[in-house]
Amino acid sequence: MEPDLIAGPDLIELDGVEKVFDVRKKTGFLRREKHEVRAVDGISFTVPRGEMVGYIGPNGAGKSTTIKMLTGILTPSGGRLRVAGIDPSRERTRLARRIGVVFGQRTTLWWDLPLIDSYRLMHRMYRIPDARYKENLDRCVELLELAELLDVPVRQLSLGQRMRGDIAAALLHDPEVLYLDEPTIGLDVISKAKVRGFLRDLNAESGTTVLLTTHDLTDIEQLCKRVMVIDHGRLMYDGPLAGLHEAGESERTLVVDLERELPPLEVESARVVKVEGPRQWLAFPAAESAAPLVARVAERYPMVDLSVREPDIEAVIAKMYADKSTS
Amino acid sequence: MDDSVQARNGRTRARHGLAQVRDGVRAYRLISGMWIRSLMAYRLSFAMTAFGNFAVTAFDFAAILLMFSQVDRLGGYSLSEIALLYGATCTSFGIADLALGSMDRLGKRVRDGTLDTLLVRPAPVIAQVAADRFGLHRLGRLVQGAFVLGYALVVLDIGWTPVKILMVPLMVLCGAGIFAAVFVAGAAFQFAARDAAEVQNAFTYGGTTLLQFPPTVFAKDLVRGATYILPLAFVNWIPALYVLGRPYPLDLPTWTAFAPPLVAAVLLALAGLAWRTGLRSYRSTGS
Repeated sequence: MEPDLIAGPDLIELDGVEKVFDVRKKTGFLRREKHEVRAVDGISFTVPRGEMVGYIGPNGAGKSTTIKMLTGILTPSGGRLRVAGIDPSRERTRLARRIGVVFGQRTTLWWDLPLIDSYRLMHRMYRIPDARYKENLDRCVELLELAELLDVPVRQLSLGQRMRGDIAAALLHDPEVLYLDEPTIGLDVISKAKVRGFLRDLNAESGTTVLLTTHDLTDIEQLCKRVMVIDHGRLMYDGPLAGLHEAGESERTLVVDLERELPPLEVESARVVKVEGPRQWLAFPAAESAAPLVARVAERYPMVDLSVREPDIEAVIAKMYADKSTS
Repeated sequence: MDDSVQARNGRTRARHGLAQVRDGVRAYRLISGMWIRSLMAYRLSFAMTAFGNFAVTAFDFAAILLMFSQVDRLGGYSLSEIALLYGATCTSFGIADLALGSMDRLGKRVRDGTLDTLLVRPAPVIAQVAADRFGLHRLGRLVQGAFVLGYALVVLDIGWTPVKILMVPLMVLCGAGIFAAVFVAGAAFQFAARDAAEVQNAFTYGGTTLLQFPPTVFAKDLVRGATYILPLAFVNWIPALYVLGRPYPLDLPTWTAFAPPLVAAVLLALAGLAWRTGLRSYRSTGS
């Protein structure tokens, strides 16, 4: 039944994949101008079985387009693409049994029906063996805390509850790979933590390959050893998260509240970027630990409070661009 | 490519196509079954909406009855003859509407992106779209049509022959097939229409064109889409006129009364092609 397993250890393979859209713009009453948009412009990467990869980039970078090609929703304009040895756009329904997809912005559940109805339907539609279905459902219900929600119509669930419901729905048929498109978007801190914890355990215990797109670098930090950055349809970076910070020379920010207003602090390996009354902002390399810096500041200055801010993806990528154009 | 390979490819494709149809029917059954079960959780509400559906559509026929209280004949037709035409059309439309009535929501799904969620499930998209929110209350319309048709068959005073008797169910089924084709083609069109405004234009301009035709007493359902009128005039009218033993319009030959299965099959095939083209274009443009 699994002849595709011999295809190699790489579950996902992309080789020079392109997606070009023709966009028509209205320029007059009937006249239209046509121009090409290269949403994905020659992307190549592979993901081995069992890996958990973050796929990040600013809005409109081509993340969702890539996911849509990997799931078979969109047909690539060029290049070669294989998921579990299957060409997604040609054998969409065959692939569907082997992948799970969660769209953060829209649900795959039946909106007006109780959550459990969607699961029962998945059971039949994916032809999941009864014992398997029960086992998977029980596990998801327990770990994602869905017991109270099963009889609630999906439209009445909160965003965080719905997201957990969606993740469970994507996992009932034991997919080999799980795609998550912005799984934590709009969630509160507790819901985010629950979702992340579940995904980490899933990957560790079931060995499910996970590819997730996100805006939130914390998702990547807590979940993925490997991160890919895409912008303008091209892969800008593929490697460990730490390397991304180096590549982008990104900086974290230490915000300190002092007892009183002081001139800009002088501390080694950090520079003051902003002063506002007794509050000062110090930038320091993201790859370095904040602890020695905090110690140094506390030693010399009357510090009342502090917080550390992570760099956001947009800033990191902007920095990567700047470096690229100057070198 | 040598012949045997070609033949094998052909067979594989045929088997693949057959498997798809089977998967589609299965998915349709599963999804509509889920909606029916959920509907049955609120039996009273279901009974009320179904009755409402019945009553609203029955007003159409009530209007015809009202007219016949003033005149004996309408366009040369008696009440029972018009009841046959009305009943057959309504029943046909009712069957198609029950089975595929949800398809007109496709445009909304394309615009809000929820169509993507159907594309990642292991079932043909058309079956999922058609079965979504399966509205059993639409039975009301079908039952109403069937009542009128039944009434017509009882009161009609014509010389029934075996062929004429067979013609009635054939006419209803083929009519349903043609309406179904229109539903599918209409949904396929919503792939192409990029925004709501254009869809609306198509309907408003289409509607204007429709209104240029003389309004017929039983046109209310037909007004739901300009496209319904041409195939139906051809397919429902002519077999009905054959049953009634009336002369055909435009001096059409007698055999045209037996053309409906062919017309339905051709229209369904065309609609299927339009659907495939629409879905393929969606998957290449994503919009």
